[in-house]
Amino acid sequence: MMAFIFGKLTFAALPHQWYTLGATFSIAVGGLGIAVILTYFKRWKWLWKEWLTSTDPKKIGVMYIVVSSVMFFRGGIDAGMIWLQQALSAGGSHGFLTGSHFQQIFTAHGDIMVFFVTMGLLFGLINYVVPLQIGARDLAFPFLNTLGFWLYVAGAALINLFFVLGGDFAATGWLAQAPLSELQYSPGVGVDYWIWSLQVSGLGTLLGGINFLVTILKMRAPGMTLMKMPLFVWTSLCSMVLVISVFPILTVTMGLLFLDRFAGFHFFTTGFGGNAMLYTNLIWMWGHPEVYILILPAFGVYSEVVATFSQKRLAGYVSMVCATIAITLLALLVWLHHFFTMGAGADVNAFFGMMTMVIAIPTGAQVFNWLSTMYKGRIRFFTPMRWFLGFISTFTLGGMAGVMMAVPPIDFQVHNSLFLVAHFHTMVIGGALFGIFAGLTYWFPKVMGFRLNERLGRYAFWCWIVGFFTSFVPLYILGFMGATRRLDHYDVSTGWQPLFMVSAAGLVIIACGVSLQIVQVVVSIKQRKQNLDTTGDPWNGRTLEWSTVSPPPFYNFAIIPKVASRDAFWEMKQNKKSKQEKMQYEDIYMPKNTAMGIYVAGFVFLVGFALVWHIIWLAVAGLLGATICVIIRTFDEETEYVLPAAEVAKIEAGRNTNG
Amino acid sequence: MIKVSKFIVLFLIFVDIILLGYILIGNSNISVLNPQGLIALKERNLIIIATLLSLAAVVPVFILTFLFAWKYRENNSKAKYDPDWDHDTKLELTWWAAPFVIILILAVITWKSTHELDPSKSINAGTKPITIQVVALQWKWLFIYPEQNIATVNFIQFPDRTPINFELTADAPMNSFWIPQLGGQMYAMAGMGTHLHLMADAPGEFAGSAAEISGRGFSGMKFVARTSSQADFDAWVQSVKESQNKLDLPEYNKLAAPSENNPVVFYASAEEGLYNKIIMKFIAPASPDASQGGPSGGNMHMQGTEH
Repeated sequence: MMAFIFGKLTFAALPHQWYTLGATFSIAVGGLGIAVILTYFKRWKWLWKEWLTSTDPKKIGVMYIVVSSVMFFRGGIDAGMIWLQQALSAGGSHGFLTGSHFQQIFTAHGDIMVFFVTMGLLFGLINYVVPLQIGARDLAFPFLNTLGFWLYVAGAALINLFFVLGGDFAATGWLAQAPLSELQYSPGVGVDYWIWSLQVSGLGTLLGGINFLVTILKMRAPGMTLMKMPLFVWTSLCSMVLVISVFPILTVTMGLLFLDRFAGFHFFTTGFGGNAMLYTNLIWMWGHPEVYILILPAFGVYSEVVATFSQKRLAGYVSMVCATIAITLLALLVWLHHFFTMGAGADVNAFFGMMTMVIAIPTGAQVFNWLSTMYKGRIRFFTPMRWFLGFISTFTLGGMAGVMMAVPPIDFQVHNSLFLVAHFHTMVIGGALFGIFAGLTYWFPKVMGFRLNERLGRYAFWCWIVGFFTSFVPLYILGFMGATRRLDHYDVSTGWQPLFMVSAAGLVIIACGVSLQIVQVVVSIKQRKQNLDTTGDPWNGRTLEWSTVSPPPFYNFAIIPKVASRDAFWEMKQNKKSKQEKMQYEDIYMPKNTAMGIYVAGFVFLVGFALVWHIIWLAVAGLLGATICVIIRTFDEETEYVLPAAEVAKIEAGRNTNG
Repeated sequence: MIKVSKFIVLFLIFVDIILLGYILIGNSNISVLNPQGLIALKERNLIIIATLLSLAAVVPVFILTFLFAWKYRENNSKAKYDPDWDHDTKLELTWWAAPFVIILILAVITWKSTHELDPSKSINAGTKPITIQVVALQWKWLFIYPEQNIATVNFIQFPDRTPINFELTADAPMNSFWIPQLGGQMYAMAGMGTHLHLMADAPGEFAGSAAEISGRGFSGMKFVARTSSQADFDAWVQSVKESQNKLDLPEYNKLAAPSENNPVVFYASAEEGLYNKIIMKFIAPASPDASQGGPSGGNMHMQGTEH
């Protein structure tokens, strides 16, 4: 009976290690603190009505960024523990973590940083910026957007749940390579937590991908043809095409792994016809395009930032678009380079190696076009532009390492080593994360109505750059010294320890950068009066989002702009038409708020939790609940409301007098 | 204030460089760049070629970036400002052609070197190759010398300037067999056999590792590869043959059970065809009477394939 009610969940599974107890405690204290603050300021209703149930992509975007920032601390603490362990654990000393605990930490670090930090931040930026840039008031499917966000939150909750409810996390590396992740070798619930947190958030990502693809294709302002779209919209579009192409592969792969573990199937097991190489193929067919899902929107940010801060048109727009599309297609054709060392023949290895290098051609063309954009510009070195220059420094280094690893015989010597670890951190931090920082700084005044403090931003930037090189250059060298990744202990005679220590010191510098970024936000809020953005166009921008006030009204545009060229807003300013003389307002249809996304995601969360612990009745109940919610939602025909033209006029007039 | 911050940054960069330089010079044993075998040497040379080729693109990018950033800064009124210039066909063709040419050269090198350095290709050195069968276990390496009929754990010895034909499989989660100073790694996977050919230039002792995560004890899954003269190798084989241990099936099953930081073990003899039996047990379906032997060779009475 107990087994029926609780599945595999027993009292013994409840948290009892120092780290789970500590995390449970801090989650409880944090949650209680937030609850007290909300109650004290009587903000519960406000939170629920204005934010949690909102279908406004701007608000959902902000919530994405808030949740990812919280997850960034979780992933960052993991990073700190990894570095500390590796700096200490040589020879007689075994550091402060056991092998299995260490393995759980680096697994969680990878998954959290990729799925819940970088993806979350990018979806936040895309949610906020893309509708504004294409001159739309809303997304194609507002409900799908809140559902996608709440599924992402449910996934984030699941990946942290073992702190509170016991068990452990996967100790398999971030992709849970079979057969290590099979029941035979990983009998605990860790891999199940891995499967279901990513399954749930992956579903959210897929819904987001569909939503933005349709939005970009169908909801652009009149006159904005595909070739007049801002580059960030283009790269988001391509990124979403990749999401739709490959996230189903991830869903299926994890589904098959779950069947192996739950129902005794043999897709990837050793023996009984199972084939672990199949898992490796499938997971990288998703995994490699995933890298480009992360990097493409960041490329888009750089394109916007370089053009704006060089005060010049983006050079080679057509060739930038072609390069973006080329990267999108090539991203699907290179997955095998993640396992040249599995003994595929020379023909296969050479083919995939060459395809991988070919990606360097469009990427190189993009870099050169950014340089041409700076050429004969008037460059203003605000923080976003600095992030771009930082990106060029790191990305060229990472790209060099990448081209090297694309040569199979070289890969044999650096695969699974810290060289590889250094390479992909260079790409994800120096490429995607710097781009996100550039984007966050760039669009912050649009969101908040005031700019971030420049000086603190500059300090944070320098800490990141110096910390980054201090941290990761030693890893490149360690890789050449034969240091493999994921080691919780090594011999002193290897001579690795000093480099690990330098690397750990670099992380401390990065941590200073993160602290400065927090201080920057706090100080900027305090001094907001000095940095107010009253025009809506603090950077002398070029694209439509700057034509609205900051922060934009919930309907984005009182009058949908008509687009005649690229850099639509720049043209308007040149023609002095940014303030139209005669305002002819029309009724606006806006989506209503809905809590259904929260309910559905809540039920899906229960399904995930139930399947981790094999609580069948709860899984069935959760599935039923989610299905019923979706059905109820489909019968709700009043999902929109009308904002009368008079009301729009009143809001606009009210702001004009205030401004 | 700004000057102070710049000073701090420069100082930190300076400290970084000094520290890294010190460590690099102080430690001449950067194994991948300091090869001791034919394959590793060729792979090292490829690293250098690929680096130089990439530098041909990276250096101009670096120089242009910081040159443009400096020259076209806002308060440099002498520099030209042309806000509407955004297209030059010739220039853009160059942007595509430059990386294309570099990649074309590299692609040719890749095609050739991938075939030349295919790990499954045997090395022709005029001497008779030695076969060593490698089995990745939880968490130690088992080595079987079929020609010498001996076996070892976490230690191998072989003559220098003699091609070694490694045959690899696993009776555990997949792993990767890597001796950085002799050449690149190769995966060892259950139910499959892979090949790796290496050759050492001179006598020496080289660190070998398990490069792919394989569970709790994988950090301690290390081995030593010693190369020696043919005579020393023969003497070593003799000494192993005098060992008390014999690797029969029961002994193998004991060895295959998970253990961490396993010591070096020598076996005077090994069960005949053990390597093939280990592969076959994952291919043949385990029938209830598997322990009584069958035509498929799955007669090892293995635990662990069923959960």
